[in-house]
Amino acid sequence: MSEKDIIICRCNDVTQKEIEDLIDQGITDIEEIKRLTRIGMGPCQGRTCIPLVMRIIARKTGKKIEEIPVPATRVPTRPVPMGVLAGAMNNEE
Amino acid sequence: MRLNEHPILNFQKRRGKKIKIYFEGQPLDAYEGETIAMALHAAGIRVLSYSGEKHRPRGLFCAIGKCSSCLVKVNGIPNVRSCITLVEDGMRIERQQGKEEIPKTVKPPQWKDAIKVEGDVVIIGGGPAGLMAAINAAKAGAKVVLIDENPMLGGQLVKQTHKFFGKREQFAGVRGVKIAEILIEQAEKNENIELYTETSAIGIFQENDRKLVVAIRKNKELVEFWGKAIVVATGAMEKMIPFENNDLPGIYGAGAIQTLMNTYGVKPADRVLIVGAGNVGLILAYQLLQAGVEVKAIIEAMPKVGGYFVHAAKVRRLGIPILTRHTILRAEGKEKVERAIVAQLDENWKPIPGTEKVFDVDVIALAVGLRPSIELLHQAGCQIAYIRELSGHVVRRDARMETTIKGIFVAGDAAGIEEATTAMLEGKIAGISAALYSGKSNISWLKEIEKTQKELTEFRSGPFGKHVLEGIKKVMVGEINE
Repeated sequence: MSEKDIIICRCNDVTQKEIEDLIDQGITDIEEIKRLTRIGMGPCQGRTCIPLVMRIIARKTGKKIEEIPVPATRVPTRPVPMGVLAGAMNNEE
Repeated sequence: MRLNEHPILNFQKRRGKKIKIYFEGQPLDAYEGETIAMALHAAGIRVLSYSGEKHRPRGLFCAIGKCSSCLVKVNGIPNVRSCITLVEDGMRIERQQGKEEIPKTVKPPQWKDAIKVEGDVVIIGGGPAGLMAAINAAKAGAKVVLIDENPMLGGQLVKQTHKFFGKREQFAGVRGVKIAEILIEQAEKNENIELYTETSAIGIFQENDRKLVVAIRKNKELVEFWGKAIVVATGAMEKMIPFENNDLPGIYGAGAIQTLMNTYGVKPADRVLIVGAGNVGLILAYQLLQAGVEVKAIIEAMPKVGGYFVHAAKVRRLGIPILTRHTILRAEGKEKVERAIVAQLDENWKPIPGTEKVFDVDVIALAVGLRPSIELLHQAGCQIAYIRELSGHVVRRDARMETTIKGIFVAGDAAGIEEATTAMLEGKIAGISAALYSGKSNISWLKEIEKTQKELTEFRSGPFGKHVLEGIKKVMVGEINE
């Protein structure tokens, strides 16, 4: 099986193998994995990848899912054009 | 391809005016009222973007604005969620190539204050829970504002062609799509309810005793929704599973397939493999047959079918094989799904070599469960906990659906994965509780809450309900009503 084609984070193209390799190097903290790979930081804000990453950490470290902290959720929780936050978005070219 | 004949749904009646859109310069037919992703799928387009790092083709996955797998460029602007953005005549759509830049020709925005909308109760999400919360909060005396990021209210009810179980007052024997119509009409007719569709909540804040939901309307304007209480009824998100090429266009969440065929009348595929034999997978199989799609098989990793026996029996009668103890090894295809490779599992959940089967399918449906959408509650600071029986992380709450932040309530799948009937009952409780909290309601409404709590307990008395109740006990703050 080609491990490199199992995608965990679609937004930032992170594979299962990349996350497992980090854990094998001793990086088991989800916040560290997040900062190193940018999981959870793309347009979907972790909706797809975070539960998968938590399961990989649990499987590799023997921790329970309950023991793994959920990374912070921050505003904006949706992809938003920056211009809209300032005021009217000007789409006209 | 579009569906024109369906045993239950009439799409000709539903479709809006025919218009022209352009994809990569090519003109395509679309109908007003449908989303970009649906029009593109109807035209046979599966690849919506190429990813930035590894240049992998990507397509639709959740179809309800949550997964951001369907981003395209619209009139030069990248990162548009094509699954919840409506088509407009003359729209120019292009495939997105990784993280695109905003064109240099775009003028900087003009500073402008946000539009302000005031209510007593602000409800986020217009599915079964949110609509029931709105209707009952308004009945109880509150001025209600309800927002939903989809162009259409009703949540997942709008795609359910099957009839519901339960009691008569819980819409037993009525199809989900009809229940949605009834609830939407009640909400629209009520003078004390203001409805905002295509409006995404992006954050929850508090100022003294008032709460603020910041939202973006039609991806164009910032709106502040102010209220005394908030009900979060944001529903659920489809789960993804790891297997080779699990991001190939044509691997869709079960809900996305229902959106295509049951909401917009677009034929989702010719041949489908369903992963997961819970109720969602079983009902999906039946709905696919209604839409004229061939279902090759349903595979299930567990040793037995997870869904109701009646649904499984119906599916088997129609000749669809259900393979338990099977898993998907990989998807294959150039740019989009052409084949699915599955294998049998041993007692240790390891694929048994030599048991591989190949299914020639153009869509793989993932019906491997949902998880609660708690992002806004988590951002607001509500306490959360991982509860397996409720299918993921959920917020702590009491019997009146109030979270650990006073005045913030939760209802429906966002409070734990269950079903539409319990979502409606929870929505009713949360709506009345929020109206009481806002100070606009009368204490006599407590009786209605107690009555609804009893109905919930009755509905949960079956084997599925027992499992959920175990989870609710773990997450409950204060006394549990039984």
